[in-house]
Amino acid sequence: MEAAAGGGCGSGPPPLLLSEGEQQCYSELFARCAGAAGGGPGPVPPDATRVAPGTATAAAGPVADLFRASQLPAETLHQITELCGAKRVGYFGPTQFYIALKLIAAAQSGLPVRIESIKCELPLPRFMMSKNDGEIRFGNPAELHGTKAQIPYLTTEKNSFKRTDDEDKQETQSPTMSPLASPPSSPPHYQRVPLSHGYSKLRSSTEQMHPAPYEARQPLVQPEGPSSGGSGSKPLRHQASLIRSFSVERELQDSSSSYPDEPWRITAEQREYYVNQFRSLQPDPSSFISGSVAKNFFTKSKLSIPELSYIWELSDADCDGALTLPEFCAAFHLIVARKNGYPLPEGLPPTLQPDYLQAAFPKPKRECALYDSYSESLPANQQPRDLNRMEKASVKDMADFPVPTQDVTGDDKQALKSTTNEALPKDVSEEPATPKDSNSLKARPRSRSYSSTSIEEAMKRGEDPPTPPPRPQKTHSRASSLDLNKVFQPSMPATKSGLLPPPPALPPRPCPSQSEQVSEAELLPQLNRAPSQTAESSPAKKDTPYSQPPSKPIRRKLRPENQTTENQEPPTTVSGPAPVATVKPHPTVQKQSSKQKKAIQTAIRKNKEANAVLARLNSELQQQLKEVHQERIALENQLEQLRPVTVL
Amino acid sequence: MAVCVAVIAKENYPLYIRSAPTENELKFHYMVHTSLDVVDEKISAMGKALVDQRELYLGLLYPTEDYKVYGYVTNSKVKFVMVVDSSNTALRDNEIRSMFRKLHNSYTDVMCNPFYNPGDRIQSRAFDNMVTSMMIQVC
Repeated sequence: MEAAAGGGCGSGPPPLLLSEGEQQCYSELFARCAGAAGGGPGPVPPDATRVAPGTATAAAGPVADLFRASQLPAETLHQITELCGAKRVGYFGPTQFYIALKLIAAAQSGLPVRIESIKCELPLPRFMMSKNDGEIRFGNPAELHGTKAQIPYLTTEKNSFKRTDDEDKQETQSPTMSPLASPPSSPPHYQRVPLSHGYSKLRSSTEQMHPAPYEARQPLVQPEGPSSGGSGSKPLRHQASLIRSFSVERELQDSSSSYPDEPWRITAEQREYYVNQFRSLQPDPSSFISGSVAKNFFTKSKLSIPELSYIWELSDADCDGALTLPEFCAAFHLIVARKNGYPLPEGLPPTLQPDYLQAAFPKPKRECALYDSYSESLPANQQPRDLNRMEKASVKDMADFPVPTQDVTGDDKQALKSTTNEALPKDVSEEPATPKDSNSLKARPRSRSYSSTSIEEAMKRGEDPPTPPPRPQKTHSRASSLDLNKVFQPSMPATKSGLLPPPPALPPRPCPSQSEQVSEAELLPQLNRAPSQTAESSPAKKDTPYSQPPSKPIRRKLRPENQTTENQEPPTTVSGPAPVATVKPHPTVQKQSSKQKKAIQTAIRKNKEANAVLARLNSELQQQLKEVHQERIALENQLEQLRPVTVL
Repeated sequence: MAVCVAVIAKENYPLYIRSAPTENELKFHYMVHTSLDVVDEKISAMGKALVDQRELYLGLLYPTEDYKVYGYVTNSKVKFVMVVDSSNTALRDNEIRSMFRKLHNSYTDVMCNPFYNPGDRIQSRAFDNMVTSMMIQVC
């Protein structure tokens, strides 16, 4: 075609040889440009007579847009237009168009724009897509504007664009989706994923997606040819959401490759996360999780049973009814992908095969051990960060995980309010058991959780807590009741953490209890001082942000109160990070703060009442004590008086 | 080879039944159903003595003019029934046994899946694929 066109054109540039892929690509582009405007005049408004009636020409508008989309500088485009002969002939015929495209490819590859350049083997030119639908699939298989990329569609594209040996990232995503920047130095092994595999192939293009910097893809950066079968917008979008959620969750993990390269490839961060989950179910990383345990675990992900059954089928490679660590990671990854909207694959992708996972990540077993000790030694430090991350992550979308999370938090608050309304001091004896458990349950999730997904929160409840800091001595003075001692004891370990969790992000019940314990611990020193003081101190006590609730339910209410008061005034006993931790959630979750304010105010009122009651009780007991003392003195006097009489 | 494969639960309701699509499926369902009687007969005749591989395989249950029906029962009284075309004389007993063994293995794999409740219909894709391979083999 080129030769004929070149010959027909006469004094055109030397005939160029296009490969099959190029040919197809260019003809498609040409058809688009021609079709888009119905084959109007060329860029240079020529005389109508000059245009041969039978020749299809590419209209100026689309052509210009296309060239601009190639992101080459204007002078280069001018040069190209000149060289290709369009200026000379006055219109963009097929030859000119093809030459121009070839020159664009050359320019994008960094070659000088010369006629000789078109003789080389060049990759297809790449064009940054604009909003026009007509520019979909502009020679770049990557252009899947808003259409969902289905595998069959992509496979046909793959077939049509056979020249691609380098399966590289997909550039030129439509700006409607978040354009993804690929770093220039793409890991080479990702580029060599064989074409035959369905999803992984397509996904290989979506590697190195950065959640934070979403820049426009620079085609100039990519000298390699575009991979075939462009990734659809749908997988990219989901990938983006997947990445966002993961990247947010894994702030604590510093890894250079924080982003999944493809849906079926597990990153180091994900791997760590899965391994931690595995260990929460089964402490020994080299043994397996039984079927029932895994079933309970995965059921929390709220996928349908048939889907879970299918995922199990895919991931349990040896069909033994138990999951080893790589199998578990594969299953988890599939679940996560499914929750993010990826359809399940027909077969286990090669990157999720157990042997691949075993080989790819041999270290995690060792890292697990290290991480274990690390996490145990630093539960406190991780807690605020985890909480913050949990908060942030809770805002992001992880399918429907955040919804249950919110529900749980909402329910939790209701429960708290109802319990505080009861305000029964008699429940205190029961409470010591639960705070201890909840404290233990909660502390561990804090240190381990990386996301606010409900699956994780739900699953974390079963985790063991890191060893709490050593309990301070029972410095209770003459407390009027033993209950108070019992109640305040478990709060001691929590005080050392010195952190109050932000109220909105707390999912399960254990959270509030831990915070309560913090508040209790703070109360305890005051309580110690209180008995020694007289009744005059009670008004002073009221002023302090912490009241001394006689019962556990009221203490629970203190959580929001304490936090707000802490936010208002620098906490006396809480360390520096606490206000930071508490302040941080506020901007993110302000909706709940208003609800909390009311709750806090009622809690303040109730606490003040309780405070008054306690103070009165205290003064009364002091009175009694004095009276008893006096009686004792009187009796002793009598005894002494009587003694000389009896003693002879 | 097989034109119909069925997995019957202990309570004699089907967990999985699949026929070659070209045939009248209802006829096969009926044949499988009637073959259950023969299976029960054979099981009771066996007695409660040792149950080894040989006795799991029940062999030819009954022949009709067009088809032969083979049976196999597991230790948990789950029955596999296979209907094969009579015209296919190349099928030997050993081949049928091996087919039943494959069926049994796939069935255990399905059972290993914790999300499968015993008594549910079998919806495992792996199982489907295996049965398809058995049915397509000769056709």
